[in-house]
Amino acid sequence: MTEEDRTSDPEQPGQEPEAETAERAESVDGGPAAAKTVTARSVLARLSSPGVTIVVLLALLGFALVIQVRNTSTDAGLSAARLQDLVRIQSDLEAREQRLRQEIAGLEESQRQLSTGAQRSQAALEEATRLADELGILAGTLPARGPGLSLRFISGTKPLKASVMLDAVQELRGAGAEAMEISGASGRPVRIIASTYFLGEDGILNVDGHQLRGPYTLVVVGDPTTMRTALNIPGGVVASVMADGGNVLVQEREVVDVTALSEPVNLQHARPVS
Amino acid sequence: MIAVLALIAGAALGLYFEPTVPAVLQPYLPIAVVAALDAVFGGVRAKLDGIFDDKQFVISFISNVLVAALIVYVGDQLGVGGQLSTGVVVVLGVRIFGNVAAIRRHLFRA
Repeated sequence: MTEEDRTSDPEQPGQEPEAETAERAESVDGGPAAAKTVTARSVLARLSSPGVTIVVLLALLGFALVIQVRNTSTDAGLSAARLQDLVRIQSDLEAREQRLRQEIAGLEESQRQLSTGAQRSQAALEEATRLADELGILAGTLPARGPGLSLRFISGTKPLKASVMLDAVQELRGAGAEAMEISGASGRPVRIIASTYFLGEDGILNVDGHQLRGPYTLVVVGDPTTMRTALNIPGGVVASVMADGGNVLVQEREVVDVTALSEPVNLQHARPVS
Repeated sequence: MIAVLALIAGAALGLYFEPTVPAVLQPYLPIAVVAALDAVFGGVRAKLDGIFDDKQFVISFISNVLVAALIVYVGDQLGVGGQLSTGVVVVLGVRIFGNVAAIRRHLFRA
């Protein structure tokens, strides 16, 4: 008789069969004590005393219990997991890493594309801005500044002819003038562009529809030396003005400002071919 | 009384040293602890019944622990370690409940 078999007190009849089968199946606690104790007795005899063994065992139990509790509470994570779980977790992590790496690669690719696209559009924008500035200066829609000449035309006995002024403008263009404006004795200066015309009307110079009176001042942005040389050639602009008794005062300047603007033209017929 | 003191002393040692369980023993320790608890409760009950036997207790304690560990080991080898551990814990739990019920009847006569 073991202590186990007495469990079958009529306390909870419903549980008895189950409990009993469990006990019979195990019978670890000494059911067949007869056989076991005989062999174990010799073993235990070598130990000093069963009481000491019990104490040691119980101490071990407490030790293991605390270790296990602490172990479980400190890292309930991976170290307590079984091999299969660890393998599954690892493969999950690897799959996730794979996905994340793909995502990184995709994002880097799109970043690269975007940055090259941004660089390209940046370059295109700079180029377009540069072109727009150039064209704006040529078309007279932007003010210009730079080294150049300031010419003062003083008429002699006869008023200055429009053809002389046109000659001067052509000469300056030929010498590399990039932006020009002309102003009379009073009134606002007029920007001289490709389509500017000069008309002489009784001592009044009509420039693009603006009436200007002498003396005229022509402000030019361009290479000063070249333009001065071009104006001073024999039989050139200065010579012809002087032949009429007038004079041209040429001043080289480090910086001249061409501030007058011409109205942009709305083209009605011409369309770009592209 | 000495047994209780031993239990407390062991627990205190465990708290003091805070050893980490070797990886080899990790699957077995919880089951072994439960098996040992089962043996202890059986021993307490036998004591109350007046039939406590030192050797029997020692043998049941050790064999409980070893058999529990063995079952878990075999289960791990067979690939059903988790299920077998659960089974062992259930069986030991049922026995602990039975023993505790008997102890309670002794102590409270109910």
